[in-house]
Amino acid sequence: MEKIVSRNFGQKDSHRLENYLKDNGYEAARKALTQMTPAQVIDEVKKSNLRGLGGAGFPTGTKWSFIPQANPKPKYLVINADEGEPGTFKDKYILEQDPHALLEGIVITCYAIGSHKAYIYIRGEYIKSLETMQTAVDEAYRGKYLGKAIMGTGFDIDVVVHPGAGAYICGEETALLESLEGKKGFPRLKPPFPAVVGLFGCPTVINNVETIACVPPIINKGAEWYAKLGSEKNGGNRLFCVSGHVVKPGVYELPNGTTLREIIYNHAGGIPNGRKLKAVVPGGISAPILTPDQIDVKMDFDSLKAIGSMAGSGGIIVMDDTTDMVWAAMIVARFFAFESCGQCSPCREGSGWVYRNIKRLYQGHARPHDLNNLPGIVNNIGGNTICAFGDAVTMSVGSYVSKFRSEFEAKISGRVCQI
Amino acid sequence: MPNLIIDGKQIEVPAGTTIIQAADKLGIDIPRYCYHPALPVSGNCRICMVEVEKQPKLQIACYTPVADGMVVKTNSPKVVEAHKTVLEFLLVNHPVDCPVCDQAGECKLQDYYMEHGRYDSRLSDVKVRKEKKAFSIGPTVMLDQERCILCTRCVRFTDNITKTSEFGVFSRGDHSQLDVYPGKQLDNNYSGNVVDICPVGALTDKDFRFKCRVWYLAQTKSVCPGCSMGCNITLEWDKSRPHQHKKARVMRLRPRHNPDVNDYWMCDQGRYNYHFIDDNRIQHPQLKDDLISWDQAIDTIVIVLKSLHNSNNTNRTGVLASAQLTNEDLFVIRKFFKGTLKGAQVDFRVPEKLGDSDHFLIKADKNPNTAGAFSILQPDAEVDKIVQKARAGEIDLLYVFGHDLVKLFGKDVVGQIAKKVKLFVYQGSNVNDTCSYAHLNLPSSVYAEKEGTFTNCQKRVQRIWPAFLPLGEAKDDWEIISLLSTKLGTSLAYQNSQAIFKDIAATLAPFSEMSYEKLSDKGMILKAS
Repeated sequence: MEKIVSRNFGQKDSHRLENYLKDNGYEAARKALTQMTPAQVIDEVKKSNLRGLGGAGFPTGTKWSFIPQANPKPKYLVINADEGEPGTFKDKYILEQDPHALLEGIVITCYAIGSHKAYIYIRGEYIKSLETMQTAVDEAYRGKYLGKAIMGTGFDIDVVVHPGAGAYICGEETALLESLEGKKGFPRLKPPFPAVVGLFGCPTVINNVETIACVPPIINKGAEWYAKLGSEKNGGNRLFCVSGHVVKPGVYELPNGTTLREIIYNHAGGIPNGRKLKAVVPGGISAPILTPDQIDVKMDFDSLKAIGSMAGSGGIIVMDDTTDMVWAAMIVARFFAFESCGQCSPCREGSGWVYRNIKRLYQGHARPHDLNNLPGIVNNIGGNTICAFGDAVTMSVGSYVSKFRSEFEAKISGRVCQI
Repeated sequence: MPNLIIDGKQIEVPAGTTIIQAADKLGIDIPRYCYHPALPVSGNCRICMVEVEKQPKLQIACYTPVADGMVVKTNSPKVVEAHKTVLEFLLVNHPVDCPVCDQAGECKLQDYYMEHGRYDSRLSDVKVRKEKKAFSIGPTVMLDQERCILCTRCVRFTDNITKTSEFGVFSRGDHSQLDVYPGKQLDNNYSGNVVDICPVGALTDKDFRFKCRVWYLAQTKSVCPGCSMGCNITLEWDKSRPHQHKKARVMRLRPRHNPDVNDYWMCDQGRYNYHFIDDNRIQHPQLKDDLISWDQAIDTIVIVLKSLHNSNNTNRTGVLASAQLTNEDLFVIRKFFKGTLKGAQVDFRVPEKLGDSDHFLIKADKNPNTAGAFSILQPDAEVDKIVQKARAGEIDLLYVFGHDLVKLFGKDVVGQIAKKVKLFVYQGSNVNDTCSYAHLNLPSSVYAEKEGTFTNCQKRVQRIWPAFLPLGEAKDDWEIISLLSTKLGTSLAYQNSQAIFKDIAATLAPFSEMSYEKLSDKGMILKAS
């Protein structure tokens, strides 16, 4: 199978400009800037069925077309490299092993949306990614792939690498914008959406690293080629991050629509020591958990949505039959309680309450009414908050309780867990 | 203009109006914590959720703009459930220490829980502990972090209204806490307003806390007499417990909404300037060292007036009126001293130093009725000349309304005056240094005891209402002058201040279209003459 985004992973000094150039590097950018109009670029991306790979799966070309070109304000491209979703570590690979693929994608995207400035907002803990990315940006400036009148065209583009400060919520696009503006990372009320009022009040496109890294190959090889790789409405390949109880954890580039079973058993080498699969998170910790009978699902946005979960960020967390699901739920709840930004009341107060409730269950201090109340409390958070964080708490934690209720019940009144 | 239906009632509002604003216009009360009409929308409390037809999720009314044909429900079972839900969340880490909380009785957590509470509590966990309880954050306000529901009204007030930005929300998640920035204090001229807008007991007023439970308070509409801005206020006074707080009646002042004057705000100087209403009052007429009756007091003045009249010397009368007086007082002063008693020298423009001011509500002129005094008295005598004449023995009756001449002209000058003039009358509400020099002290009522009007620096005539009876034997200034006039045989025949105002409107062109009914709560601007 042809690898696209991960084609340069693992090769020596793949992050260097000279190596990137050997393989037709920046030729897609040259093609877009010299042979295509911005509208043609957007059209091509629309036809490719490329969808936002940060987790929401919004059609990328459509998102770009929302930028109001008549607006006299500057337009911005912001790359979301905050990658904070537990179970997700794909963008890190791109940032560190193929930063020029991202930069080339940035050049094409900026051209398409009429932007001359892009920010790459990189998770603060990603020290090496920050360094590699900055080195690549410097190289690109020297090689005239960034800066004034790049590659002999009249197009100007500046790219700024900006480190985050360690908050999961800053992966939420409007919180990211606030953070980038130097404020506390609180998600904004919507509408207006960033395409109209974004960074510094200007029209802004925010895309995930992997999404933008997919753009150069689409321009090079055409939308039809890319669309054919994936499933019906979800073109191309995707980087799946497999972690947990598997023989070979890691990042796997596979076509959208590959089944979860195939990823776990064929590519990641199955469960170690002959253990049985108990549960699997298909798309980062926010995605509702799946049971073994659901793993024949196709891994694309629509198929996962159809069975009540989500493709999310592509972070697959595999749990075998040694896993205490109450403990797992507690870890998830603790994460959300710790990372809630605290802006709106249901999420701020609810996430901590849910965590303390599950912790009490896990520690064997809970009474039956604690478990009976839990689903209701969890449900009250989602749908009532400013951003999707609240929905994530409801969907993910809720799925542990509903699918593994017997394990929760076993924790009550001094009864010991069956495992 | 979009036309929509809220709870079955139809309303047409300008485009861009939010649902909560439209509901407010209809008098439909949507619960709110973070929303305040004068502050930018934050949308964080989530209690104002309403059901909008054809929308799958509940919408927050404070942020959702109206649309034509929209159908909104503010009390459907789904909405009520959302209220319960949000209230429950807000109480997860709230101490529920209402018995010792000064906000009790005017707390929105209490109010909304009464309406839509879950009542059977599901909260059995240990609460998140926050550091600062009963913590002073400045000269006027106390902070209680664990009572705070993080609605950020105070943050937005100091960011957007005072632009002093003392407040911030620190930390994250359910450890978030409201605080002032390190090294900062809440110390601006409008700090007391954050207590008014705090919907819970997180910010309480040092001046007011633990003085009086709010359910003992009566409210009377008034206008702040502290400067020429004339901020609309509410006097809150203890109606039933005279044994409390040295018998003080007024417990606190709060701003009253008037979009054309002070919006929802008032300054701290005005807010805490109420103790004079109950403290240090002149309560009885006093001639030299003797307390006397009103009859005796009036007679004392009338004897002097008659002798001046008989000797054609009424021009040897000096009157220092005051811009602290109401339009009604000033009109009666004008009628009596400039009409009945021809030739008296009347002015109110004492050489006061200008006070501090800003570009918001604080004006340098610390009198509430300078504009009114100008248009009613039309003064031309000049206070300095009256004082000089009094020192030179060219004045026989000096009638001073409320001014502290000692502060304005010094002890020596006032001492000389007291020796030279035949009768030195001081008519005022509170004791000051001038009282001991005056021959006759007459107790007058303060604004909180009066009905009348003030004209502010915008030339807006605004009503004040009496909260309670004058202290001791004090009388309204106009009433005292009326007594003088009657005793002199020329009755002014005013029954009350409304009758005086009718006469003002009939006599003076700038007031010609006004009446108490028309002035109502918001006042009217003087007509240019």
